Amino acid sequence: MSDTALPAPPPLVIPETKPFWDATKAHRLVLPRCLRCSFVIWYPRQFCPECGHGAVEWFEASGQGSIYSFTIVRRGEGAYRDTEQYVLALVELQEGPRVLTNLMDCNPEQLRIGQPVQAVFCDAGDAAALLRFRPLIRG
Amino acid sequence: MSLRGRTSIVGAYEHPGRDLPDRSAAQIHAEVALGALADAGLGLRDVDGYFCNGQLGFGAISLAEYIGLKGLRYTDSTFTGGSSYLCHVGHAALAVASGKCRIALVTQGARVRGIVRGPKLPPDTPEYAFEAPYGETNIGIYALAAQRHMYEYGTTARQMAEVKAAAAYHAQFNPDALLQKPVTVEEVLSSPLVADPLHRLDCCVITDGGGAVIVASSEVAADLKRRSVKILGHGEAIKHTMSGRLDVTYTAAVWSGPAAFEEASVSPADIDYASIYDSFTITVLMTLEDLGFCKKGQGGAFVADGALRVGGRLPVNTDGGGLCNNHPGYQGGMIKIIEAVRQLRGEARPQVQVKNCELALAHGTGGGISRLCSATLILGRGDA
Repeated sequence: MSDTALPAPPPLVIPETKPFWDATKAHRLVLPRCLRCSFVIWYPRQFCPECGHGAVEWFEASGQGSIYSFTIVRRGEGAYRDTEQYVLALVELQEGPRVLTNLMDCNPEQLRIGQPVQAVFCDAGDAAALLRFRPLIRG
Repeated sequence: MSLRGRTSIVGAYEHPGRDLPDRSAAQIHAEVALGALADAGLGLRDVDGYFCNGQLGFGAISLAEYIGLKGLRYTDSTFTGGSSYLCHVGHAALAVASGKCRIALVTQGARVRGIVRGPKLPPDTPEYAFEAPYGETNIGIYALAAQRHMYEYGTTARQMAEVKAAAAYHAQFNPDALLQKPVTVEEVLSSPLVADPLHRLDCCVITDGGGAVIVASSEVAADLKRRSVKILGHGEAIKHTMSGRLDVTYTAAVWSGPAAFEEASVSPADIDYASIYDSFTITVLMTLEDLGFCKKGQGGAFVADGALRVGGRLPVNTDGGGLCNNHPGYQGGMIKIIEAVRQLRGEARPQVQVKNCELALAHGTGGGISRLCSATLILGRGDA
């Protein structure tokens, strides 16, 4: 699979989620954490959907995670209509959240659940980069 | 207030068309409305409650006008995707039982074949920016669930394929079904992969059409000539990613099922026939587990020996289901209710009629697997 062929449609950036997307532009992963119960919130919000507290702090996350599930999509829609195939995955971040994403720089046939992965960022328009992952190469 | 037996489904109608290029969706709504009213022996003027999914026009208002419904005292345009219609019947039962309306009409009409589906959601939907840019598709999400279910429980593609084979076995007896040809497990497994491990034949059909049901008090039902079906229990629940800790191996049926069973005062072992939402084969496996027909993780083993076929332990989707018969407008819930009504009236196709069918379950799953509504109805034979 040629990763350069993966579409990168720009997400809608709104003030509430701008801190997240601003960081991605700098190829950094920041996540919101509840200032009261410390829950790490996904997708990003400026309040805590777990305890109802109205304030969060943004912290730098490790960018490390593992594959919770993955699939090779062979019939894309919308921006992916002309993409022959791509890997859609749920990655469990070290900090807890499971995020919907793509896996790249990999042989899809050799992926396995539980495999460690590392964040990569793909520029998507002027305001954001998409959070994707690739298998972690040890050593 | 328990709904148990206080209201009944007194009319039901499934549009016989599957490909209706010359109809509008509104026309289909009207045709099924008139079909269900004729089935009940009622007329437009009898209806004082109206339920639809609100996707066409302005809530329920546009269709109320188009169909010619006057004197409406109660409307509800709850939209929960494919489970909408099971929610509507539950809500209608509550409205009728509490006296807010007397005769409620629920309609579905869809015209989608050959039309490229636009974005599923408006871009300002909160999750959209974090999922759509990654090529999220409905089948992709269900594939993630199937893959994880296989990993955690040892479920196999072959077991999932039997769900389709059972549906196809039933569909051969349904002359209205979109796909009427029997299909083997091997044929499912050799069909092209769409999103691993789901093949083309693990996916439901896309059809035009729809259906309608009429809900009335059990007193009204007793005055009508036609055989009616009692609404014994209803449950609905929403499950989502739980602030980003998504577990894709179960659905909200773990909550909607027990609520419906409790209201009906019955258990899964009492069910003679089940309509189980079958957007994909994995949807059926997971739902059977979540409703308590087998232990969690045992869905594959439960279906593998032909349990879902008529004559099996739990006949499921005897019309051919969404996998073969009908899944109008990407929403199969209405058809699930209608086949359960047929079974309880003794009016299923003779080859698939469950003998002495007294208790049926209909279940809908709306949305994806990452965020969805599950809705369960328990229905009983009118004279039981």
